[in-house]
Amino acid sequence: MGQTITEKILAAHSGKDSVTPGELITVKIDLALANDITAPISIKLFEEAQVESVFDPDKIALVPDHFVPNKDIKSAIQTQILRQFARKHKITHFFELGEMGVEHALLPEQGIVLPGDIVVGADSHTCTYGALGAFATGMGSTDIAAAMITGEVWLKVPESIKFVYSGQLRKWVTGKDLILYTIGDIGVDGALYRTMEFTGDTIEALGMSDRMTIATMAIEAGAKNGIIAPDETTRSYVESRAKRQYKFYQSDPDARYIEVKTYDASQIEPQVAFPHLPENTRGISDAGNVPIDQAVIGSCTNGRLEDLRLAAEVLKGRTIDPRVRLIIIPATPTIYRQAMEEGLFDIFLKAKAIISPPTCGPCLGGHMGVLAPGERAIATTNRNFIGRMGHPGSEVYLSNPAVAAASAILGRIGGPEEL
Amino acid sequence: MKIEGKVWKFGDNIDTDVIIAARYLVTSDPKELARHIMEDMDPEFSTKVQPGDIIVAGKNFGCGSSREHAPIAIKEAGIACIIAESFARIFFRNAFNTGLLIFESPEAARSIQEGNIVSIEVETGKITDKTAGATFAAAPIPQFMKDLIDAGGLMPYVLKKRLKN
Repeated sequence: MGQTITEKILAAHSGKDSVTPGELITVKIDLALANDITAPISIKLFEEAQVESVFDPDKIALVPDHFVPNKDIKSAIQTQILRQFARKHKITHFFELGEMGVEHALLPEQGIVLPGDIVVGADSHTCTYGALGAFATGMGSTDIAAAMITGEVWLKVPESIKFVYSGQLRKWVTGKDLILYTIGDIGVDGALYRTMEFTGDTIEALGMSDRMTIATMAIEAGAKNGIIAPDETTRSYVESRAKRQYKFYQSDPDARYIEVKTYDASQIEPQVAFPHLPENTRGISDAGNVPIDQAVIGSCTNGRLEDLRLAAEVLKGRTIDPRVRLIIIPATPTIYRQAMEEGLFDIFLKAKAIISPPTCGPCLGGHMGVLAPGERAIATTNRNFIGRMGHPGSEVYLSNPAVAAASAILGRIGGPEEL
Repeated sequence: MKIEGKVWKFGDNIDTDVIIAARYLVTSDPKELARHIMEDMDPEFSTKVQPGDIIVAGKNFGCGSSREHAPIAIKEAGIACIIAESFARIFFRNAFNTGLLIFESPEAARSIQEGNIVSIEVETGKITDKTAGATFAAAPIPQFMKDLIDAGGLMPYVLKKRLKN
């Protein structure tokens, strides 16, 4: 019986020739990560355990990205906990302001997560790294505390669902639209406890940025991990970044899937997820008249350079509706600099957008653009739960960067083709 | 061990942002977190809930963010256990790791009404709706999870195993 890419990575890290869905295994990890919200709990548990040292200071990443630059005294204390722990244990991958970016954009960009890795993170969007052909999954702070001590985690081998996308994408249709469409189809628990393996010629034609967008949102369908087989696109992304060995795994042709879903991607239009679940998706042509107060372009899902370029393509030579606030958040300092050097900032500023330093910020209602009661935002982020971006009486609509930019210009939800 | 308490009922896909909003995650102090439990769905919930009460919810309870603050807040608020149709994966792990008891039973989750008195035999997973006079069987807790519970949670389990090696 053949193995899926996920099963092969899990087997290789558990010292087995093969693994079977449902089997409980212990795997050695290549990286454990946590952020300024989740790491303080892990660190407290670590210190209570009175263990002298972490299993490997090169294999832990602490990224204060959620409430930074620190929005208040309490969040400053949380970052301080990370900073002090990182210094004490000589953690290699601790990122101070200036080098810090949104963790799931930053770690692949810096070559810290690589194909074939097992990565566990105290952040649900850790599943992003599946885009590189790694097994990556989110956990809680206690799991990460244990992993920081032992370098291992226990896992139940998941069943895999194969998603096959074929056809050429229409103009303004992106990885974000494929994943929103898919979640709209299978629901927010449609892949509960399972692997989402994204395949097909449409996926093969996508760049790494779009692939990461797709993989980030596997959790929004309840999945344990999302994964895309590495190829030449992956190789050209990682080879200049990697400072250690990595390995490409592929699913066998006779690998076992619990389900196979096929989509004609050429028929998918830009998608919008209406409040308050990512599964409440509609094509942009069915969005109706939804006035907005704010548009946010950023996050681990859509804050990469390609996302900013797409927004700039729409915003160039235009200004946003005076009733709308457009907040653009380059996800990392490198992206920030590249966007600036390419002249994107000039386009954004002329359009009357504001450019934020890298942070998760408003995605989770932290800071840098929190919503008032009754306000509506369109956002390239990943969740539109009740109160996600601020007041429980506010609303979040999810879309790709082109739709978010076009909506900021229109003053209501709409696509670039309406401009 | 037997749990008995009054039921608070919630629907499907209760996400961890609703359980504890991110704006309160500037601390991990259980008492402070418990003051804001379920606030965006019911601002009065933290004052209404009594120690020993039980949450009964639909499918995919605890979806979304991995924040362990969610089970911590629920436990600190005095909730004795959660019965749901299904649990989101990360919440499931976090509940066991933080010592919050959870039971999966689609039949019980659908049938039990708010305000009912429900008892649960922890070892067997037998759920009794005393108000309605009905019984249900929760999905058995996997052996490995039982071992975790017996050890007192993941951290003691890991540390014990480490000492042995």
